[in-house]
Amino acid sequence: MILRPRLEEVKIIGYYLGKIILGLAFTMLIPAVIGLAFKELNPALDFLIGFEAALLFGFFLTKVCHTEKDLNWMQGMIVVSLSWLAAMALGATPLFLSGHWKSSLDACFEMMSGLSTTGLVLVQDLDHLSFAHNIWRHLGPFIGGQGIAIVALSFFVKGTSGAFKMYVGEAREEKLLPNVIHTARFIWLISIVYLVLGTLALGITGILNGIKPANAFFHGACIFMAGFDTAGFAPQSQNILYYHSPAFEMVTMFFMVFGSLNFNLHYQLWNGNRREIFKNIETRTLFISIMLTFFIVTVGLNQLNVYPKAILLFRKGFFHLLSGHTTTGYMTVYATQFINEWGSLALVTLICVMALGSCACSTSGGIKMLRVGIMFKALKEDIKRIILPGKAVVVEKFHHIKDVFVEDRSVRAAFLITVSYLVLYIAGALIGMFFGYPFLSSLFESTSAAGNVGFSCGITDTAMPTALKITYIIQMWAGRLEFMAVFALIGFIMASIRGKK
Amino acid sequence: MLKRISAVLFFVFVLAYGTQLTTCFAKSISSTELINNAKGYDGKTVSYVGEVIGDIMRRGENAWINVNDGINAIGIWINVSLLKDINYTGSYKSSGDKIEVTGIFHRACLEHGGDLDIHAESVRKIESGRMIDRKTDPAKRKLSLILGGVLVLIWILSLFKRK
Repeated sequence: MILRPRLEEVKIIGYYLGKIILGLAFTMLIPAVIGLAFKELNPALDFLIGFEAALLFGFFLTKVCHTEKDLNWMQGMIVVSLSWLAAMALGATPLFLSGHWKSSLDACFEMMSGLSTTGLVLVQDLDHLSFAHNIWRHLGPFIGGQGIAIVALSFFVKGTSGAFKMYVGEAREEKLLPNVIHTARFIWLISIVYLVLGTLALGITGILNGIKPANAFFHGACIFMAGFDTAGFAPQSQNILYYHSPAFEMVTMFFMVFGSLNFNLHYQLWNGNRREIFKNIETRTLFISIMLTFFIVTVGLNQLNVYPKAILLFRKGFFHLLSGHTTTGYMTVYATQFINEWGSLALVTLICVMALGSCACSTSGGIKMLRVGIMFKALKEDIKRIILPGKAVVVEKFHHIKDVFVEDRSVRAAFLITVSYLVLYIAGALIGMFFGYPFLSSLFESTSAAGNVGFSCGITDTAMPTALKITYIIQMWAGRLEFMAVFALIGFIMASIRGKK
Repeated sequence: MLKRISAVLFFVFVLAYGTQLTTCFAKSISSTELINNAKGYDGKTVSYVGEVIGDIMRRGENAWINVNDGINAIGIWINVSLLKDINYTGSYKSSGDKIEVTGIFHRACLEHGGDLDIHAESVRKIESGRMIDRKTDPAKRKLSLILGGVLVLIWILSLFKRK
């Protein structure tokens, strides 16, 4: 029997949601200050309005729903999924006010795309967008990549029990430190240290490539935030093609891979355990997958003679393969070139790597290498069982920070999430086909949205049907949260409607 | 007589058709057309019109500029000497010079890592760019003041409630 949620439960959810919104409100001060610094008064006002609206909403929720009680698992998950929707709507307010998005839905699409580190864009006339709005577009991935709830966990939430539930709700199961708030703060620490180093590296590369110093460092900060957080946004409409620079592409590739690594692995590297990177099941699976798929992409592109020289194959083929596999979505070709020029073999391989994604507990999307590795180990174990004598004891283990035995529970969990992702990819593709788009294009765009990649083959456009925009928003949201928090919200809504008092 | 007229008409037709063929790429081509039919235009001389946006990135004697025709921006590899007329580039604060570039189009440039680009042979400024004077929007100013006022009121009320 399903029970209708009590008012007390709704109040707990509302209170913590309010706290997260308050945290989000203060992040809008960053673009407001940048707007003032660059004498962009209208954009600064856009963010002041956004800040005030979010602050009012957050205040309202925390006062009306004030409670001292901690969250349970269900409530933690619901708070997380609702906070992502609230962040999308409130974060989209200053974007919509700028006039660069044709509708509030387009602005919401862009905001969810940023927060979920996807990188699909609906902005109009990006090349004339203000610094303030551009930095906000790139802050979205930086906040969403680390986790919206982590912002609140780091500064606003005192109780560790409820905090851990929200942390897990944002598709993070691994604690780097015993205390989840310390873990959240560590994630912020490494992200900010890397931000400084990344901005310097990209800024200097930009200057060496002929960009004016102020612009170079602005672009550097934006590209780092969207690259390290595997989002794929860029301040100009041509994305990475704008720079026409192999050096810039190389630095970007490094940050894409670096950002797609597990935060736990970063923690090990920070503590001097460099051998972990060579032993870890995720990095090994990622490496094997990149090599294998690059071979197939090379064959596919060579068959059609798309890029007749090896250096071209590397700069286009390998760059996009890495960009897709890390779920970043940075592009140095135009969207329609994928469909018009790449051919089916290379294109399907690209769809596969987008679907697979990169490491767990990172900012990347997709199924994740840890799950792929576990399922492969389970398959190996089962094959051994068939081959070896019946009395033989077959045990498989893998290395992920420590040696772990392959258990049915972990295989089941990996398999369930994988199936959920596959269903999401296919559902989006079917909806795309319903609106008249070809199969391959629909599958490409759907996988890109649900896997939080950001590649586009031309479907994502302000003229696409409203229902398809909403579909992609849901895919980006569900893909980023890895389903559990979304399922919890759906269950809560169902219980509110059909549950008994 | 009829034969002569027919011959003249035929000659005029061939001349007109031939002229059309040789100049069809001289007419400016949109970015969408170039990108979607890149194989057809590869290696051909094309004319492309748009606004110069972003940075002028000098690389020795040449430079990269990006030209946006309102739909897409395309990279133009250009000799520095052809840049002398370009004064404005498009950004939030300025609209860039509108130029017509004539040059060789590459679907996947062998010289530039497979980029889709145009190697400029000549540039003509069509329209000069300018600084954009953006006045503060009074509606936005009012809204921010109202919301700010409500926030201050709530804050004062919450102070009283605490006491």
